[in-house]
Amino acid sequence: MNQLQNFTKGFIKENPVFILLLGMCPTLGVTTSAVNGLGMGLATTFVLVMSNLAVSLIKDFIPDKVRIPAFIVIIATFVTIVELSMQAYTPALFESLGLFIPLIVVNCIVLGRAEAFASKNNVLSSIIDGLGMGLGFAFALTLLGSVREFLGGGAIFGLKVIPGDLMLVFVLAPGAFIVLGYLIAIINRLRKA
Amino acid sequence: MEYFVIIIGSIFVSNIVLTQFLGICPFLGVSGKLSTSIGMGGAVLFVITIATMFTWLMQHYVLNPLGLEFMQTIVFILVIAALVQMVEIILKKISPSLFQALGVFLPLITTNCAVLGVAILTVQKDFNLLEGVVFAMSNAIGFTLAIVLFAGIREHLDIMDIPKQMKGMPIALLTAGILALAFMGFTGLV
Repeated sequence: MNQLQNFTKGFIKENPVFILLLGMCPTLGVTTSAVNGLGMGLATTFVLVMSNLAVSLIKDFIPDKVRIPAFIVIIATFVTIVELSMQAYTPALFESLGLFIPLIVVNCIVLGRAEAFASKNNVLSSIIDGLGMGLGFAFALTLLGSVREFLGGGAIFGLKVIPGDLMLVFVLAPGAFIVLGYLIAIINRLRKA
Repeated sequence: MEYFVIIIGSIFVSNIVLTQFLGICPFLGVSGKLSTSIGMGGAVLFVITIATMFTWLMQHYVLNPLGLEFMQTIVFILVIAALVQMVEIILKKISPSLFQALGVFLPLITTNCAVLGVAILTVQKDFNLLEGVVFAMSNAIGFTLAIVLFAGIREHLDIMDIPKQMKGMPIALLTAGILALAFMGFTGLV
């Protein structure tokens, strides 16, 4: 597999949200608007790239038996870095993402890529894999956030397209499940065609 | 009275799965059959309660006095991971029948964000130890309620005639959405 395929597989073919169905909690929890989705996606991308990099660098030194706890400590370290930086530089986004920032640490995508990819591949492929998967995740979250924001408030990226409130339920909890359900169904349909 | 508000609030009004989106992975993954969903609910109840107790003690007797609050995420996830391992070993030794029932679910729970989420929420809400434990248990009961209801519906969906593209995850998510709508009816109860 060449590096380009390695990079692009996260977008459609192995999209973590739409195809692999990983990382559902932040996907549903933070996508009340496109900006929140994008912010969460980029924060996760940073953690994915850095943890893939760290894991692929030290994979030969970690005894097999303790590799999962070691990976978790690496991931938790980068999550803490993201958490503190966001608190300092983007306080508004930090407020609206809230609990879901520390919860990146239990996002199955991050540990999944560390275990399935970075612990078996060299540094460059691991970084590219992390970047591709992370951006695929960010893409999915932004798409879901845009649809919900549009259906709920008639806006995209905070820009009002239709005046007044539309169907508020799409910004609330049930809307997250319903929109994601239909998006996955549409993507299944497109993949079969 | 205060405890009553915590219990009703966390089971119904802000249900951990259907309004807070924590623990979605097991909610969608282990809800195919009613019996497995009950097992998962039991395991979560067990682990969340113990984990919240230990993380609360860590926060108030180790992290706060030493001024290491920023280490919260790392410490909590390590405590939970170690705890799950320990529970697994102890259960295997003292109660093989309970281990049989919960065993397969225990490793999955380390990456269940409900456990870490409830532990962090308990600290954020400034609960004392007893309130924290009640809060954790009622959240776990809320999780069990949601997953058992959901599994019951999904068992019926299996024998329904569903459009091909909607089979599996899409219809499950739509069902969860409708369930979440139903739970919105509890808003404003406490």
